[in-house]
Amino acid sequence: MTAMLNVKDLRAYYGQVQALHGLNFSLNEGSLTTLLGANGAGKTTTLRAICNMVRSTGAIEFEGKPIGTRSTENVVRLGIAHVPQGRGTFTTMTVEENLQLGAISRSDKKAIVDDIERMYTHFPVLKQRYTQQAGTLSGGEQQMLAVARALMLRPRLMLLDEPSFGLAPLIVRDLFGILGKINREEKVTILVVEQNAQLALELADQAYVIETGRIVMSGNAKDIANNEDVRKSYLGY
Amino acid sequence: MSAAAEEVVTEAPAVEAVPKRAMTLGYGTSLVVLAALVIIPLLVKNFIIFQMTMLLIYGLAVLALNILTGGSGQFSLGQSAFYAVGAYTSAILMEHVGMNYALTLPIAGVICFGFGFLFGQPALRLSGVYLALATFALATAMPQLLKLGYFEHWTGGVQGLVVTKPDAPFGLPMSQDMWLYYFTLAITIAIYVASVNLLRSRSGRAFMAIRDNEIAASAMGVDVALYKTLAFGVSAGITGVAGGLGAIAVQFVAPDGYTIQLAISLFLGMVVGGVGWLPGSIVGSAFIIFVPNIAEGISKGLSGAVFGVLLFLVIFLVPHGARQVAIVAQQLAAKLKKN
Amino acid sequence: MELFANQVLAGIATGAIYACMALAVVMIYQAIDHLNFAQGEMAMFSTFVSWQLMQWGVPYWGAFVLTVAFSFAAGIVIERLLFKPLAKAPILTNVAGFIALYAIINSVAGLIWDFTIKQYPTPFGSSPFLGSQLISTHQAGMIGITLLMLVLLFFFFRYTRVGLAMRAAASLPESARLVGINTSWMIALGWGMAAAIGSIAGMMIAPVVFLEPNMMLGVLIYGFAAAVLGGLSSPFGAVVGGFLVGIFENLVGTYIPGVGNELKLPIALALIVTVLVVKPAGLFGRAIVKRV
Repeated sequence: MTAMLNVKDLRAYYGQVQALHGLNFSLNEGSLTTLLGANGAGKTTTLRAICNMVRSTGAIEFEGKPIGTRSTENVVRLGIAHVPQGRGTFTTMTVEENLQLGAISRSDKKAIVDDIERMYTHFPVLKQRYTQQAGTLSGGEQQMLAVARALMLRPRLMLLDEPSFGLAPLIVRDLFGILGKINREEKVTILVVEQNAQLALELADQAYVIETGRIVMSGNAKDIANNEDVRKSYLGY
Repeated sequence: MSAAAEEVVTEAPAVEAVPKRAMTLGYGTSLVVLAALVIIPLLVKNFIIFQMTMLLIYGLAVLALNILTGGSGQFSLGQSAFYAVGAYTSAILMEHVGMNYALTLPIAGVICFGFGFLFGQPALRLSGVYLALATFALATAMPQLLKLGYFEHWTGGVQGLVVTKPDAPFGLPMSQDMWLYYFTLAITIAIYVASVNLLRSRSGRAFMAIRDNEIAASAMGVDVALYKTLAFGVSAGITGVAGGLGAIAVQFVAPDGYTIQLAISLFLGMVVGGVGWLPGSIVGSAFIIFVPNIAEGISKGLSGAVFGVLLFLVIFLVPHGARQVAIVAQQLAAKLKKN
Repeated sequence: MELFANQVLAGIATGAIYACMALAVVMIYQAIDHLNFAQGEMAMFSTFVSWQLMQWGVPYWGAFVLTVAFSFAAGIVIERLLFKPLAKAPILTNVAGFIALYAIINSVAGLIWDFTIKQYPTPFGSSPFLGSQLISTHQAGMIGITLLMLVLLFFFFRYTRVGLAMRAAASLPESARLVGINTSWMIALGWGMAAAIGSIAGMMIAPVVFLEPNMMLGVLIYGFAAAVLGGLSSPFGAVVGGFLVGIFENLVGTYIPGVGNELKLPIALALIVTVLVVKPAGLFGRAIVKRV
């Protein structure tokens, strides 16, 4: 397997505060990787740095191309979809318009129409509400919409920032099931940042643990799940 | 590391969220500025003293807007109306009632406070551009109301009223201009100190909580409606005192002196001085008093364009106004100390 | 009763002016989430450009098209040159920038074309419309053009990808970038479109108020008021708001005693504010659902 995303010595800054202190990691094509860590460890910053939404230095390569200096929209146009924390729903627009926006950088009109239908089969709840203002959806529905919107890009890589945040456990199960399915069936490489470590490790095949802006552990998700330190700190048993 | 973190705090880009510590000057700088304000008039001509008086008066009006916008996050294009009410209150009390000029000022302040507080009630339902439009309506209505025939006996209608300039009391050997300057300076300092204390008080914290997040503020038990209207009242009250002083200094009130243009000037003064930074008010005031004259001096036909270009230059160089200059200076000073 | 009907009709005629301007206001608001105080001046300048072209012998519709194209380009240039550098500056600093732009354009137009009043032609003629003394063919034409622009804008925002992208960029820039929209250019495009629509408004308004550098002062204020009244997020609301403001203004002038021309504005504004207090998002504005 080849590395799809390669990150070397990534450092990120908020004003004069450094949030990442030289991160190195890579994602294999077709993998589902999770990035674990406590609050403030730098998980969100890592995702934001990949999309150039925060000032950073270091080398980021996507499919062999350096992307560190590209603007956010140009990173996205390479096929990297980012579902941000808080979902970033266009609340004043309808559900369908949100989906169309996901595909705004594509020009294959016919395929877009098909993809919207496909999203409705993945997420039936969205179909019932397609003319509804997206802001009126529940939290879980908005998260579904955010994932669907990201998929409308037909991404090669999908970055998810705490998709389980604020959702009921049952809905989280649903959502993670769908993510696994997308990863397997549509061959989308996924990097998911999570606080719900148990669930993330069940789902993922690779895992990284990040602490105060540094990667402290990496490997197979099963091995990580069995690691004693990780169990104590993140899984609570 | 902790020093670096602190610098970031003062550098935070959102002008809407100035921390209260950053709203004022340090003691040393304050004393230097104060000394300059006290000494300079002794050395210059009467006309310049008059201009410095106006500088303080507009400074007060900008300060008032700063408390409203920088403090409580509400926006107003209607300050000229409060200024007008203050000016007319002083003028009418002096000329029709024969009251001492100094006594008219607190009355102007109180009347404007009430007026602002009342206006704050409907304004509660509005924010952003809607509030701008509402206050704008107030500003355009004011000169017209002052011209109305019903009030002409008191206001002098379109002609306005002439106000007598007071002499220095107790036989002090000072020109009228100089006395008025020191009188204004004393009031300005008193209001400035009171404003600083207000923003540092419980009410000030309430203002800022509302500015930063209204919903969260109300969840913490801040009476949002009360404090928002209170901010309007305080701002209007200070503007009213400034208006009263302005009437005495200019010796004249007329409806066309208080148009929307004045409100826009005060707004520009606030932006140039730095929104939410109280000492910047005086810098902003200097900008709106002197820059139009400079522009006129550079080109008579194109004075508007020159003014516009100068304004653009200022906001390009220091988008956060004079506050930004102060912060940079502070950081430089800190660096020099370290080395 | 006939007086009332006539005043309403006259109100609709003046309202068309405000509706035209309000449409331009909503356009820029959609793009930059702000009211541009210099918009009236930009429209005035465009109108002068078209007048100048006609003086040089260009026929009306030729000058019209050239002016719209010029304004579109000029709007983009102004944004790139003056407001892109302020993109990260606080909102109120941007507002100060609008005021500066206002001063510059007004002053330059005064220098080039001076402050005397100029006649401006209308392509629709100025005979009474359908025999009514209150509404002229020009005003009817203006209403027609306004409605046409409204329909075009509606389709643009609702059914084109660029329109959708512009709305997204205006409402949530960060999310818009995350779906691959170049938000910075969307803003420039919004300026261009607003300037173009403003130029059409200016060319429609000029035959009524005459051409001079301060011609847009009152119109812009009513235009703002109309846009705010109708709801800033709705081009349709802006047009309806424009007509309502025109009618308001006329009725106030007719039925409230002692109201001269000068008090009409504050009273009309006060009425609008009253409406806003009751309906803070405007008559047709979509209330935004907020989740905390």
